[in-house]
Amino acid sequence: MAVGAMDSRATITPIQVSEGYWRGVARRLSRDPVAMVALAIIVALVLMAVFAPYLAPGDPIKGSMLRRLKPIGTPGYPLGADELGRDMLSRLIYGARLSLFMGVTPVLAAFALGSALGIFAGYVGGAINTAIMRTIDVFYAFPSVLLAVALSGALGAGLTNALVSLTIVFIPPITRVAESVTTQVRNRDYVEAARASGAHGFTIVRVHVLGNVLSPIFVYATSLISVSMILASGLSFLGLGVRPPEPEWGLMLNTLRTAIYVSPLVAALPGVMIFITSISFNLFSDGLRTAMDVRT
Amino acid sequence: MLIYTLKRLLYVLPVAFGVSVVCFLLVHITPGDPLTAVMPIDASAEQQAAMRAAYGFDKPLPVQYVIWLGKVMIGDLGTSIASGRAVLTEVSRAVSNTLILSAVATAIGFFFGCLFGFVAGYYRGSPVDRLASALSVLGVSVPHYWLGMVLVIIFSVQLNWLPATGAGPGGSADWAWNWDHIRHLILPAITMSVIPMGVIARTIRALVAEILSQEFIQALAAKGMTDRGIFRHVVKNTAPTALAVMGLQLGYLLGGSILIETVFSWPGTGFLLNAAIFQRDLPLLQGTILVLAMFFVLLNLLVDVLQTALDPRIQRS
Repeated sequence: MAVGAMDSRATITPIQVSEGYWRGVARRLSRDPVAMVALAIIVALVLMAVFAPYLAPGDPIKGSMLRRLKPIGTPGYPLGADELGRDMLSRLIYGARLSLFMGVTPVLAAFALGSALGIFAGYVGGAINTAIMRTIDVFYAFPSVLLAVALSGALGAGLTNALVSLTIVFIPPITRVAESVTTQVRNRDYVEAARASGAHGFTIVRVHVLGNVLSPIFVYATSLISVSMILASGLSFLGLGVRPPEPEWGLMLNTLRTAIYVSPLVAALPGVMIFITSISFNLFSDGLRTAMDVRT
Repeated sequence: MLIYTLKRLLYVLPVAFGVSVVCFLLVHITPGDPLTAVMPIDASAEQQAAMRAAYGFDKPLPVQYVIWLGKVMIGDLGTSIASGRAVLTEVSRAVSNTLILSAVATAIGFFFGCLFGFVAGYYRGSPVDRLASALSVLGVSVPHYWLGMVLVIIFSVQLNWLPATGAGPGGSADWAWNWDHIRHLILPAITMSVIPMGVIARTIRALVAEILSQEFIQALAAKGMTDRGIFRHVVKNTAPTALAVMGLQLGYLLGGSILIETVFSWPGTGFLLNAAIFQRDLPLLQGTILVLAMFFVLLNLLVDVLQTALDPRIQRS
């Protein structure tokens, strides 16, 4: 009886066609409710930034001295007004543009530059690797907030300088991860085989190395976006990033700081936006890491 | 052990050298030279040249670096352009305030981080685990400068329990261990402790879960060891990593205190950096960053050596 059941099962099992890697990742990710909620929030924030002019009820820059620090729920000002009488809701919606841009751009730039540097160092090895990685170690010797503040403080306040500083802050960690995974892949048999069969170094990197190292580096980079959001808004909060009157969440927190005695709820609103964005990126990155089964 | 320590020391030297180069160059990546910002607009060309020569800015960069490094070695970090006082004096006062804040914050974060981490790791998948994990995600995702503002709004503005700014009564910048000063420490220290708490809880949770799944734990249980005895083994196995993470977190807080010090007007290095940046006081900026970065380098070394002392397996690998 038991033997017969086993036999019949063995005969009807069809050959499993394995699904593609990315399809598998997407399937696992879509079954992770936390990651999907986080992704939905990120998409909503991006849409909010893109369609800000259509969504915002008022002008984010033009204020009115008569309406300074109106509380939440004032007719026409659903989330109140800031210290210069500007509509908070409109400023928060428009703020998504600069805040997301300032948080994501440095990580993207550092992902491109750091991966290139790390893969190069890991692939060539030897003295060049040592030289690159020891230089990276020096930047690692600075706590990230300190390095960001030091660089943008020395370069001077402004959007571009803040972006440059943050990119420099994120290059060392990404380079380290890229170098370590590339060194592992370089010693695999298939790379040896490709080299033995006469493949050009560039071809080996393009065909055999990139495909295997980019996903772990990418997952690692996504985990940095949350930190980058907090740091970027932090620089603006210190007065080192975006300049007034542009709407940006960190800068809004800074200018509203003096208003906490008059209108505490309104003053705390921009921070809520930073918090939501940062936690969504964090949770999505965690989900992505699990779905891609990457350990870094 | 001694040889390992010496080896690590040798490895730190080039990093420390690199850090000093970065700090030195920091002043020179700015447009113009460090004096441009503070020079009176009506200074004549000769006066400007004389000023440059007096500060040594007329020499080639490598020469300037060697002169600067020589002075740094004997503890001369230059003179603050804004206040005219020695940078070292200003920095050392501020560093002690930042150290107090960061050390207390790290201690709070370590305590609660371990607590949440152990509970979550032990009761994996339970509601307690989910709560502890959620708290640690919140801890690493919250913009702490905003959390500081929220705490001020609740405990200073609304409840009027604790002071909102400063390190002591009447804006005093000199720390003392009495209630008048400790009152000022509570809010900034709690705000700051949230980051290490999240990081430590995450690390400990993963570690505890991994250790509990190892065979030696089953063997101990099979031999009839009590839960308390097993717990002791788990603690011993997490200790090296936990201490290493704590040491690094202390370093990050020391260097990253600027945002929280700005929120609470805490008279530490962050406050000093803020002033240095906005007054374009580049010697002060350079000196403060050099001291903080060197602190971080030494702390890393200390953590490494301590970790090896606690766990000899690291040395062998």
